[in-house]
Amino acid sequence: MDEIKVIEIKKSVFEDNDRDADALRKELKKKGVFLLNLMSAPGSGKTTTLIQTLNRIKDKVRVAVMEADIDSDVDAVKIVEATGVPSIQLHTGGMCHLDAEMTRQGLDNVALKEVDLVVLENVGNLVCPAEFDTGAVRNAMILSVPEGDDKPLKYPLMFTVCDLVLINKTDVMPYFDFDLERCKSYIHQRNPKAQVIPICAKTGEGVDAFVQWLLDEVNAWKAK
Amino acid sequence: MHELGIVFYIVKDVKQVAEENHVEHVSSVVMDIGEVSTVVPHLLTDCWRWAADKEDLLRGCEMKVNTIPAVTLCGDCNKEYETVKFGKTCPYCNSKNTWLLRGNEVEINSIIV
Repeated sequence: MDEIKVIEIKKSVFEDNDRDADALRKELKKKGVFLLNLMSAPGSGKTTTLIQTLNRIKDKVRVAVMEADIDSDVDAVKIVEATGVPSIQLHTGGMCHLDAEMTRQGLDNVALKEVDLVVLENVGNLVCPAEFDTGAVRNAMILSVPEGDDKPLKYPLMFTVCDLVLINKTDVMPYFDFDLERCKSYIHQRNPKAQVIPICAKTGEGVDAFVQWLLDEVNAWKAK
Repeated sequence: MHELGIVFYIVKDVKQVAEENHVEHVSSVVMDIGEVSTVVPHLLTDCWRWAADKEDLLRGCEMKVNTIPAVTLCGDCNKEYETVKFGKTCPYCNSKNTWLLRGNEVEINSIIV
């Protein structure tokens, strides 16, 4: 009869990824490259927000974009056509998120010596990307008005890991039962340090405030 | 859907431990999953079945899930309460100054070989 043996492991599943992510951040620090991880649900306006932001920031810092999706390259093509900013498309092969290793593989295709800022547009999803540290310096997310002001209560981890929450599509606020102050208080219940910037990517309203936040963060990272 | 990504990490970790211990076949993997970890146990075990059977080392290997109850501590009255029932607000003193003590775990407890 075979002998039965129990081997204790007692190890978090995320431990390896967290270690990879910390190593990647240290490397980016050495190279003076700031990586922003931008997350949101599908259809919240990530790509439109990025186009508005890139067109305002591209003359101030050297920037590149990594688009992560399960399939297709529509976002990367759209970014290049609308902004001229170098953009690469990553495919997660069916996975709902990027981890630090996939992010590193993506960055291998970016000319890091020639950029100050890389924006990673993560897979549209409010659950999984929050669990996997990509190695980014800062996490930001977009919550759009039609999604509802209760989302910080329903997806607490996403709002806990984000340094910045952009509230997008403010132009349609009169048509939805969305209370900005209530939403902010829900966000701050989860994460007292989170900054909140209301924007409308379609009209460009509020985007300058996001650009300024991003420039300050990039400069602080490079100076430290 | 993230259960599949988590399963790939478990497969990698278990393979590594098995190799270090010169194990030829693993019969069970025991997981500790917190109640508020956002991992759904039956989806995790479904993904596990699919992924494990692709590996000689793990073919037929069963996954057992221990659920870790979520407990929150109130920073104002210092009492502990069930997170799932009361959420962020302390049922004793109504404070929102509370934080999770446990229940967020996604851990490999052990393997049986």
